[in-house]
Amino acid sequence: MLKKGTLLFFLLLIVWILLAGTDLQEIFFGALISLILTVVFFSKASIFSEFNLNPKAIIFMLIYIFVFAWELIKSNMDVAFRVIHPIIPINPGIVKVKTKLKSKLGRVILANSITLTPGTLTVDTNGEDYYIHWIDITSDDIEGATKQIVSKFEKYLEVIFG
Amino acid sequence: MELLGAIVTLIGSLFLFLGAVGIFRMPDVYNRMQAGTKATTLGSILFLIGIGVGHYECGCLGKLILLIMFIIFTNPISSNALARAAHFAGVKLTKLSVKDDLAEDGLEKGEEK
Repeated sequence: MLKKGTLLFFLLLIVWILLAGTDLQEIFFGALISLILTVVFFSKASIFSEFNLNPKAIIFMLIYIFVFAWELIKSNMDVAFRVIHPIIPINPGIVKVKTKLKSKLGRVILANSITLTPGTLTVDTNGEDYYIHWIDITSDDIEGATKQIVSKFEKYLEVIFG
Repeated sequence: MELLGAIVTLIGSLFLFLGAVGIFRMPDVYNRMQAGTKATTLGSILFLIGIGVGHYECGCLGKLILLIMFIIFTNPISSNALARAAHFAGVKLTKLSVKDDLAEDGLEKGEEK
């Protein structure tokens, strides 16, 4: 209970500091308003209770950012290559994959990550199924596609969201 | 420093350009979305980083970080919404397509979500 309030407070405060700079007066007033907002919206912040906050989860969060950035760069190279290739080398289709994640926020972040990784675009989700438009299908069944698309993110998100 | 910022900005705009070319060349809605989402995300991020590096004395680094975060969070969601709407509106995949699990499972709009 206390955890989600603290998370909400620090998220608001960090966004405020990024916006307003590190002037001491600004930070003080920002903290005051963040506190008021935290109290007002406390009951609506249930999404934050899905975070794990043990050291391992935080380390995995940092690793995840780097994994994500690398995948983002790779996906751009991949798409750029396909675009400038004379005979656009694509083999597209919509495949279905499954996730093991239970938390809602975790699933949203997974879907977003899939959209930003090489050649895949989340079209729809239905519970634990994801329908993904894949620009270059290399495996035909659910297990193979899950292994190639989902696994690299899932192992980190599983630790972060538990 | 300003030169470095200019180079990063140039690379970013190159990705945006390739995204535009991709939208022009790809055969159907979904493949165009692929080019549109990915290229614009990294393109805009590099663009903003280039501004931050080139004009680091303006004290706008925090705002740029916020902008990048918002782009990362919102860009995939908007393309997901567009792709989903296109599929439910019955836009066909290109003839090159191999399979379409979503159509096979027959989920239509309004059903269990």
